[in-house]
Amino acid sequence: MNNNLPADSIEAVTAGLASAGYIASRQIATAVYLAERIEKPILVEGPAGVGKTELAKALAAWRGLKMIRMQCYEGLDEAKALYEWKYAKQLLYTQILKDKLGEVLGGAETLAGALDRLHDFGDVFFSKEFVEPRPLLQALEQPKGCVLLVDEIDKSDAEFESLLLEILSDYQVSIPELGTVVAVVKPTVILTSNGERDLSDALKRRCLHLHIGFPEQKLEERIVESRVPGIAKSLRTQIVGFINQVRTLDLKKLPSVSETIDWARVLVLLQSSELDHQTVKDTLNVLLKYEADIETTLPQVTTFVARAGRQGVFG
Amino acid sequence: MREELHRFFRAARGAGVRVSPAESIDAMKAVADVGFADRDILRDTLLLTLAKNQDEKRALGETFDLFFSQPEVKDETAPEDADKDAAESATPDATPAETGEAGAPAPEMGELAQMLMSQDRNAVAAALANAANAASLSDIRYFTQRGIFSTRILNQLGIERLRDDLDALTSSNPAQAERLAAALTALRENVGEIVSQALVLFGREESENLRNEILRNAPLARLERRQVEQMKALIRAIARRLRERYSKPRKRQRRGHLDIRRTLRRNAAWGGVPFLTSWKRRHRDRPQIVALCDVSGSVAQVSDFFLLLIHSLHEVVDDVRSFAFSGHLIEVSDILDTKSPEEAMSDIMSKVGFGSSDYGGSLVDFEKGWIKTVTPKTTVIVLGDARTNNLDPRADILRRISERSKRLVWLNPEGRMAWGWGDSEMPRYASFCTVVRQCATAKQLERAVSDIVAAYQ
Repeated sequence: MNNNLPADSIEAVTAGLASAGYIASRQIATAVYLAERIEKPILVEGPAGVGKTELAKALAAWRGLKMIRMQCYEGLDEAKALYEWKYAKQLLYTQILKDKLGEVLGGAETLAGALDRLHDFGDVFFSKEFVEPRPLLQALEQPKGCVLLVDEIDKSDAEFESLLLEILSDYQVSIPELGTVVAVVKPTVILTSNGERDLSDALKRRCLHLHIGFPEQKLEERIVESRVPGIAKSLRTQIVGFINQVRTLDLKKLPSVSETIDWARVLVLLQSSELDHQTVKDTLNVLLKYEADIETTLPQVTTFVARAGRQGVFG
Repeated sequence: MREELHRFFRAARGAGVRVSPAESIDAMKAVADVGFADRDILRDTLLLTLAKNQDEKRALGETFDLFFSQPEVKDETAPEDADKDAAESATPDATPAETGEAGAPAPEMGELAQMLMSQDRNAVAAALANAANAASLSDIRYFTQRGIFSTRILNQLGIERLRDDLDALTSSNPAQAERLAAALTALRENVGEIVSQALVLFGREESENLRNEILRNAPLARLERRQVEQMKALIRAIARRLRERYSKPRKRQRRGHLDIRRTLRRNAAWGGVPFLTSWKRRHRDRPQIVALCDVSGSVAQVSDFFLLLIHSLHEVVDDVRSFAFSGHLIEVSDILDTKSPEEAMSDIMSKVGFGSSDYGGSLVDFEKGWIKTVTPKTTVIVLGDARTNNLDPRADILRRISERSKRLVWLNPEGRMAWGWGDSEMPRYASFCTVVRQCATAKQLERAVSDIVAAYQ
């Protein structure tokens, strides 16, 4: 497969992502296809655990590109995201080169002359040599291109968003001492957000906006199938059916796809061939992360299991 | 198709989706790439490039469905059905004659009449679309323009000629004339439908703006029942705007105080030689609000909206304690936080509402129970008309509240003219307030709350 050309159809994207173990819905495939075609970043929003980060990983795996991940957090700044000068190295070099200074300045007779000579060497200490590239700069410098994942952008400060704008729209960054660094090959950028705060319009405007919600039952079954090999079809249907019913409850944290996969793995490990309410009750803590949620769900388990079982037979 | 997309963007803006020129260029590029063949993919593409949050996606999806669903052309089906009915009920020998005539319309008739008589569904649809374009239907803004646009489209279609044909036909062939008249009625209906759809698509923004502008300046206390719902939506929009404006924590460094610990830590790599300095940041209080709301009589409605607004500002305001009073005073924060706005309001009303107000008594209640909630960081807001029914106003308590608090703001739904007239004690209370302002409309309410929150920035 030619890895550097954008896919020529949406189906090709779906197939490609599937080959990396990611079952994409039509919207997701369209978004990836368009992102490559019109060279725009994708901003992915949705509840935790629906596979936002996974999408970037799958894309990188499929394309055979390096994935550079930039985890955002409060207080993240330029020095940690973009580049930093290697101060210690600069200091060390000045110490070592002190002796050479005499040689350089030796020939000069006047102060102005000495200054002129110094100017010739002035840029030595602010050169590429002393720049420590951080994820964003690394992403631009990859010779084969890469997938840049800016994870949980909503956790960062508003200032950081503004920092990203230049990269997102022009795939370049400006370093005052060096000038502008332009991407060798434009990276595919994926930003994820859990919607903890509203992102600025300027950022949104530069991105394709993709919302990943909970998948449909059929799709989720296929995801479980690809992620948990060796799971029986009837159990798969029952698990997904059960979880879809749990999602109708009023819970603090609804179980998402990652929980479904974890739960399926647990059930396979426990060697259960079908759902019964005792196993469900014992393993409910895999699915639900709050005590209050488990309490809400427990009384419903028997009904849900029965209904999911019927789906397994008829549906 | 470009033209069509441009019109879609305009419709999208009408639905409240902000489509910037850059985004429309992106959408154009994307659509050029995926093509128009698959409607679902086209929908996904537009949703991806134009809509930037869940609400916008929903709005845009609806607009898409509406926009690309042409109203059914039924000029012919209607008369056809009528004909069949007529044929079945009336004399059977009339049927062959009529269908024969329908198949071959008289050649001297106008284009439109021929089209209608020959039942050429596609031709009529195309003619309708062209006429709508020629009448620049996408410029429609207000519902009052429906008539004029219908007329324009019908004129474009050639209604004049059709009328002449109809007149001529009535004398020569009454049966055919009847068919044509029925077709014309159906055509009119069809045009009406197209215009209504266009109004929904393109006129929404303007009519909503107009309505909101009227609502913003309408006195809150005298809203009609159907306006209350709209006003609630407006208040929610105001709350969203205030949240966006004030929820971002603003960091402003204040030079002058060196943060020695942080400076040492940051410069550890250079043996403590301070290459980089850290400065202490000014601590900024988040707003704390204590709201005392009069819920008697005519003020109740205003209090309702005020409480709705202040309690939807969670992101901006850390701590709101709300109290409602008329004859006596109770705390209502929990009710407002746990219940839906409608339930909460009726609950509050059943507890304290609709009595005659006793400001003095309520202030005594507040001082006895909750004076400790007022700290030097708190803004106290009193919302009421200060009409004490000639009871003791107890302005001394208000003075003590004022002394304890950061600011004391009094919002009065009555106009300045009425302050101090009759049993209004406003002038006496006003001397202890930091700010006194009138607050009768949504606009004034927004201003007042915005100022209160801004005082903490």
